[in-house]
Amino acid sequence: MFNNINFKEQNSQNDIAMGSIVSIWVKVGEFLRLVLRTPTGRVGLPIVLLHAVIAIFGSWLAPYPDTLFHLDDEGNIRQLLAPSWRFILGTDQFGRDILSRVMSGSTSLVAVAGSGTILGIIGGSAIGMISGYAGKWTDEIVMRVMDGLMSFPSLLMALLVISTLGPNAIFIVSTVAIVTIPGVARVMRSATLSLKEQEFVQSARLRGEGTLYIIFREIFPNTLSIIAVELSVRLSYSILIVASLGFLGLGVQPPSPDWGLMISQSRQFLGSSPWVALAPAGAVASLVVGINLLTDGIKQAKGLPREEMP
Amino acid sequence: MVISFAIFAVVEVLPGDVAKMMLKQTATEESLHRIREELGLYRPWYQRYFEWMIGVFQGDFGNSYVMGVPVTEVVGRKIIHSVSLALFALIFGIPFAVIMGIWAGMKPDGLADRTMTVVGMVGISLPEFVTGVLFMLIIGSWLGWLPPSSIMLPGENPWSRPEILVMPALTLTVVMFAYIMRMTRANVIDVMQSPYVRTAILKGIPMRQVIRRHVLPNSMLPTITIIAANLGYMLGGLIIVENVFAYPGLGQLLLWAIQQRDFPLLESLVLIIAGTYAISNLIADLSYAALDPRIRVG
Repeated sequence: MFNNINFKEQNSQNDIAMGSIVSIWVKVGEFLRLVLRTPTGRVGLPIVLLHAVIAIFGSWLAPYPDTLFHLDDEGNIRQLLAPSWRFILGTDQFGRDILSRVMSGSTSLVAVAGSGTILGIIGGSAIGMISGYAGKWTDEIVMRVMDGLMSFPSLLMALLVISTLGPNAIFIVSTVAIVTIPGVARVMRSATLSLKEQEFVQSARLRGEGTLYIIFREIFPNTLSIIAVELSVRLSYSILIVASLGFLGLGVQPPSPDWGLMISQSRQFLGSSPWVALAPAGAVASLVVGINLLTDGIKQAKGLPREEMP
Repeated sequence: MVISFAIFAVVEVLPGDVAKMMLKQTATEESLHRIREELGLYRPWYQRYFEWMIGVFQGDFGNSYVMGVPVTEVVGRKIIHSVSLALFALIFGIPFAVIMGIWAGMKPDGLADRTMTVVGMVGISLPEFVTGVLFMLIIGSWLGWLPPSSIMLPGENPWSRPEILVMPALTLTVVMFAYIMRMTRANVIDVMQSPYVRTAILKGIPMRQVIRRHVLPNSMLPTITIIAANLGYMLGGLIIVENVFAYPGLGQLLLWAIQQRDFPLLESLVLIIAGTYAISNLIADLSYAALDPRIRVG
């Protein structure tokens, strides 16, 4: 599957490990330019960046505090108001501004899904590379364990863990990491298996370099584009899981805003005030579509196969 | 076996106490004690685990703590509901996805292909609860064609009112449609470029027949595997979709069992879902080997 990775870049990518911070930024810039040259990357990257800005600064940029109940002159709650200039996306059943809630709700979702994914990628890459490089029985045992983890539907696993330990952000992050690890490990292992036979790895081995040196200095830099793709793919899965947990009431607890929970509660007013559902639904949808477009852009830019198995 | 033990272990450490859950506010120390005694909660965990496992092998999943009836009885009814829903989604989803995939794959980068690529991308990206709620809004509320929720009366059969199945099934189909369609499309593109298809076209065989006799059989192998793999996905999707539409199936029961800390019920449900998932993955691998002689030999 990874036979057609572009090994011509191996030398330039090796510089990343050796080179200075400046050269890393040059590489990142080069990479982004490549991604922006693809049609899907050109659409996906701005969407993802916009969401990133909202996730980081959302609660400052929001027009109102996300838990503020808006009252009218007579002291009644301005509940379920249709979108207007004052409340651009309308208000919810408690008279809270939906735009503010969507913007503030982004932070927890992106932070939880993002940190879980990054942990999972780090763990999965380390496991995959070590397992693939060591080979023999280590590989056999590690991959059987990974198969075992994979044989469990990820949402079911998340449901069980969260209902066991409670909807605490740390537990959600670790669950997301655990469900991310096996898939990443598998991909990184097969990449390592093909890289291991390359001449530059062989020569490093003959030079007498240690195992860890070979894995991190010779193999790892050549897997960066695979890791970029994995990060993007897994992030969209993680967001789906975290948002689904929120929908089932096992995510961030009210009154803190959570997109999944907002959608879940909006079902009661669907007929009369659809905007309550549409705003968070649009937010989740655009985020995940943006990430998937970006994934496609990265794959195209790096010449990796674009079709994938679920 | 390993799965069953893991499930039991996880469920066992769930905080909260069934006895307290059952009696709610009316609980006294005495009545709590009586219920725990009745349910055998004072026995050590390994003893309960082995009793439960032995029971499972004999087809006895134990009794639900909260409802007090055998798990098989409760689950049996819900399985029929969930399986009906899944079947309904498969029967309509697969042929549609395959046809669309072929249509898109016949002319890569044509209008049909571009449309399908976008549809596929959106389908994969939207979480089930978003598509579900959108369907509810558009079909249920605005157009008023279908009832917005799928609540059933106790003892009611889903096939007696098939209209309540449509929206949950449609929601389940969306993601599955995207995967199957993309896979079919990729394979059709592959096969279309093969020498034997070119020969067939140049021989003057009508396009319709080329597709049916040459392209379709050769491009279906990987698609069938994807379909089998999707059966497992569907189980996960069912948990969400059933809760979106309040459809009384396994997924809804699962969430209820978690909330009620009904361990035997929860364990059995997780065992059933994880087991089906594992079996469908196995079928996916086996069907691939069975349908592609090259893999069997190698």
